[in-house]
Amino acid sequence: MSRYILKRLLMLLPVLLGVSLISFSLLHMVPGDPAVLLAGEQADEEFIKRVRSEYGLDRPLYTQYFQFISHVVRGDFGVSIRNREPVIKLLRERFVFTIQLSFLSILIAGFIGLIAGVISATKQYSLFDNLSMVGALFGISMPIFWLGLLLMLFFSVQLRWFPAGGKGTLLHLILPAIALGAASSAVIARMTRASMLEVIRQDYIRTARANGLREFIVTYKHALKNAMIPVITVFGLEFGYMLGGAVLTETVFSLPGVGRLMVEGIFQRDYPVVQGSMLLVATTFVVVNLLTDIAYAFFDPRIRYE
Amino acid sequence: MNEAKTIKTGQAAEVWRRLKRNRAAIVGGIIVTLFVLIALFAPVLAPYPPNEGDLTKRLNPPSGEYLLGTDSLGRDQLSRVIYGARISLQIQVVAVAIALVIGTLLGMVGGYYGGKLDNIIMRIMDILLAFPGIFLAISIIAVLGPGLTNLMLAAGIYSVPQFARIVRGSVISLKEKEFVEAARAVGENDLNILFRYLLPNSMAPIIVQTTLRMATVLLTASGLSFLGLGVQPPTPEWGAMLSNARAYLITAPHVATVPGLAIMFVVMGFNLFGDGLRDSLDPRLRD
Repeated sequence: MSRYILKRLLMLLPVLLGVSLISFSLLHMVPGDPAVLLAGEQADEEFIKRVRSEYGLDRPLYTQYFQFISHVVRGDFGVSIRNREPVIKLLRERFVFTIQLSFLSILIAGFIGLIAGVISATKQYSLFDNLSMVGALFGISMPIFWLGLLLMLFFSVQLRWFPAGGKGTLLHLILPAIALGAASSAVIARMTRASMLEVIRQDYIRTARANGLREFIVTYKHALKNAMIPVITVFGLEFGYMLGGAVLTETVFSLPGVGRLMVEGIFQRDYPVVQGSMLLVATTFVVVNLLTDIAYAFFDPRIRYE
Repeated sequence: MNEAKTIKTGQAAEVWRRLKRNRAAIVGGIIVTLFVLIALFAPVLAPYPPNEGDLTKRLNPPSGEYLLGTDSLGRDQLSRVIYGARISLQIQVVAVAIALVIGTLLGMVGGYYGGKLDNIIMRIMDILLAFPGIFLAISIIAVLGPGLTNLMLAAGIYSVPQFARIVRGSVISLKEKEFVEAARAVGENDLNILFRYLLPNSMAPIIVQTTLRMATVLLTASGLSFLGLGVQPPTPEWGAMLSNARAYLITAPHVATVPGLAIMFVVMGFNLFGDGLRDSLDPRLRD
C-alpha cells in the first residue's frame, strides 16, 4: 500500500508543476506589460518601475518562475491589485466557504444518490426505479445556475423558507448546496444502481440468500458493502468537480466563495487573485483525486497491483 | 473489398436496428433533430427580430402577441430563444470539432507510438484535467478574455483530454490486433495504419463521445456566458439570457424559465441519444 501511495505521490509532481506553470504564464500570456498589469492601469511610472523590480519582471522568465514558485510554497501569492490585500488572506476567507458549500453538497448528494440507487437496484424496473432514473436524467441535464434560480424563486421568493442569498447560517447554504449537488446525486444514484445490480447477481449473494439470511441483511450488509467500492471513486470525483461548479452556485446566490473570487479577479484584471485561485482550486482537486484513488486502492486491493 | 463493404453495411444496419428499439434514444434523437432544425431555420421561425425590442412592452408575460413574453428590453423571448439555438449549436459544433481533431490526433499518436511521447502527451492531459470541470474553461478565458470565439476555444480545449484518453485507449487495444499486424507486414506506413486501420475501428467510442460532449459543452458554454465570461449581450445566448433574467426573478419569472428549459432539453436530448448510441454500438456495455 505504501508503495502505491508513493507512486501516486510521484505522479502528482509533474501535474502540480504543470498547474503552477499555467498559472505563472497567465500574467505573461495576456496582452500588455506584466508590470503595468500588476501595478494597475492608474499607476504612475515610478510605481510601475518598483513593481517591475520587486516582482523580478526585468529578469529572465525561468528566474521569474522559480521566484514565483518559491513564494507560492511559502504561502505568498502576491498582493491583490484591486484592494492591495495579500491574496492568501482573500483565498483563505473564500476557500473555507467553498469547501463548506461543497461538503454540504456532497453530503446531500450522497444521501439522496445512495438511497435512490439502492432502492432502484433492489426494485429494478419498478415505479420507483423508473421515476428515480428519470429524476437522475433531469439532474444531469439541468444547468446548475438555472436550478439555483428556480430553487431561489420557489423556496426563497414564493415560500420564503430560505434566505435568497448571503451567508452566515446553515440555512443560507441549503439551497446552494442542493443546486450544486443535484447533478452529483444523479451520478451517484446511477452508479450505485449499476454497481448494486452487478453485485446482487453474484454467486455469494445467492449463497447468502440460500443460507436463509433475511433480504435486508443480504442487501445492506453483503451487497452494499461490495457495491460501494466503485461508488467511492464517484464520491471523490464529484466532490472535486463541485469545487469547480461552485462558481456558478456562488454567482446565483451571491456567495463569497473562491470561484466567485476568481471570476471577479478576471473582470477586474486582478491577476494575482486569478493566479492564486487557479493554483488553489487545481491543487485541491488533484489532492482530492489522490485521496480518492488511495481510498479505492485501500478498499479494492486489486488496484494496487495494476 | 465488396465483402468488407457488405460487413460494414450489415453492422450499420444492426446498430440502426438496435437504436430504433431504444425508446430513450429515439426521444433523444427527436429532441436533437428539432434543436438542429430550429437553429437552421431560426430566421423563418422567429416571429420578431431577436435584438429589437419595444421599451413600452418590457417584461410582459406570455400573451397572444408574444407567446413567451418579453424581456427587460421588451424583446420577444420566443424569438431570442429560437436564435439562441443557433448560437448554441454553433458553439457546440466548433468546440467539439476542436476537441475532436486535437484530442483524436493526440490520442492516436500517444497510443500508437507509446513511450516518452505518449507519456508527455498524457501528462499534459493530466495537467488540463487538474482543473475541475468548468474551472478549466474559466482559466482559459482568464488568459484569452471573454467573447464568443474565445468561448468556443475554451470549451474546445476543455474537452480535448476526454477525446485523447478514449482514442488512446482504443488505439492501444487495437494496435496489436492481427489486421494491424497484417497491414504492417504488407508494408503500410504508420500514417496509413493510423488513419486507414486504427481510426476507422475507433469510430464507435469517438461517435459516442462526440454526442455526449455536445451536452457537456452546452452546459459549460452557457455557464460561462451566465458568468459574463462567454457570449456578450445583446447576442441571444441562453446562458447570457439567464444571467440577465436574474435581476427580474421576482417581477418576471417567465424570463428565467424559457432559456433554462431550452438548455435542459437540448442537454437531455444529446445525453439520451449518446447513451442510446453507446448501447447500440456496443451492446455489451448495457447493464
